[in-house]
Amino acid sequence: MRFLSAESVAQATAALAAEPGIARVLGGGTDLLVQMKSGMVEPALIVDIKRIPGMSEIVAERDGGFRIGAAVSGARLGEHAALRAAWPGVAEAFALIGSTQIQGRCTMAGNVCNASPAGDSVPALVAAGARARIEGPQGAREVEVIEIAAGPGRTTLQKGEIVTAILLPPRGTRAGDAYLRFTPRSEMDIEVASVGVSLTLGADGRIAAARVALGAVGPKVVLCAAAAAALIGTRAEDGALAAVAAAASEAARPIDDKRGTVAFRKATVGVLARRAARIALARAEGTA
Amino acid sequence: MTALHITTRINGDPAEFLCDPDETLLDALRGRLGLTGSKEGCGTGDCGACTVSLDGRIVCACLVLAAEAEGREVGTIEGMATGEVLHPLQRAFIDHAALQCGICTPGILVAARDLLARNPDPTDEEVRFWLAGNLCRCTGYDKIIRAVQAAAAEMRGN
Repeated sequence: MRFLSAESVAQATAALAAEPGIARVLGGGTDLLVQMKSGMVEPALIVDIKRIPGMSEIVAERDGGFRIGAAVSGARLGEHAALRAAWPGVAEAFALIGSTQIQGRCTMAGNVCNASPAGDSVPALVAAGARARIEGPQGAREVEVIEIAAGPGRTTLQKGEIVTAILLPPRGTRAGDAYLRFTPRSEMDIEVASVGVSLTLGADGRIAAARVALGAVGPKVVLCAAAAAALIGTRAEDGALAAVAAAASEAARPIDDKRGTVAFRKATVGVLARRAARIALARAEGTA
Repeated sequence: MTALHITTRINGDPAEFLCDPDETLLDALRGRLGLTGSKEGCGTGDCGACTVSLDGRIVCACLVLAAEAEGREVGTIEGMATGEVLHPLQRAFIDHAALQCGICTPGILVAARDLLARNPDPTDEEVRFWLAGNLCRCTGYDKIIRAVQAAAAEMRGN
């Protein structure tokens, strides 16, 4: 195995593209090193992107959005007061990953690119409408975060391509987001089911726009348009929330595994959708 | 594999070593530099026995490549005492019997020191959440929490 600490995106993408064997990007390494130790992957080349200028920075854009470099750790993101205030659901989702030690290393771009169906930050990012900046041998492009994962452990990235930043849109006023997950333990666990909700209120106080994303109930995150539709035009009254829960349960396509059954996951994702919608609404109204 | 020559700082002192490209920082600390205070428990970032600081953040050394330490600041348990004088946390762990077998202790001390540097007066719940990634199978944790709080009080001058 060769190790390259890249000094530029161009150097990193060129090395990744030129490697005939298995090549991996090293951000926080909290998934990659575990996979290497278990023999899941034996890379011929590892490219560390942490020393590339800008990769470890969070930039508050002029339009109110945020550019989160691919090597920004959970700990660093958690210390960014403006981002936490604008996107509390995204910040809380990312902070749920692993321990303090894992937070010192883990990255949002890595969580997205690891393409686990149970990555905590992904449903929150999808609900937020976040995009990923991708740079590769053919140049740069942007896609919605939900487009990155192709299925468990697989991405749509082409050879040599790197996600260099996660881009959060401007939050705007009278808007809020929330992320909830179910785990048997309160810490150091992997979600059985999860939901991210982001919504914006209209001038009449009713929900004018909403996105509901479901985690760990399919091979990749499910963007549930029916649950969003159940919220839009309402004030998230009990009837609307019941419809949100039903829509989320209906859209879920989970598997049975050691963490939960199909029936449990479908029921749980509905409950979480209802609760997360309530929190997002309270945040949008400024009462949370 | 071609060995890499890494120059870094460990506990404030310059250090250099040769390592394989896929060697972890934990293996380099223990095997190349003789710093065996950091322990390998799980090797997958779950137990925290290998906790060290890297540029001021605590991390699991088992999930860091040794090559990543180039030009960085590494802090290990070996840098905690000042000569023969134990750190208040180390004394509190002895005074409160906050250890039995001791495998988890170096990692917990490094993690707890980082907590108290950021939050000198944590609640018990904050200590428990901060140390959630440090597993101990001997103490049941209560004595660890008491020891951290006793050291925190002493360090605050109470």
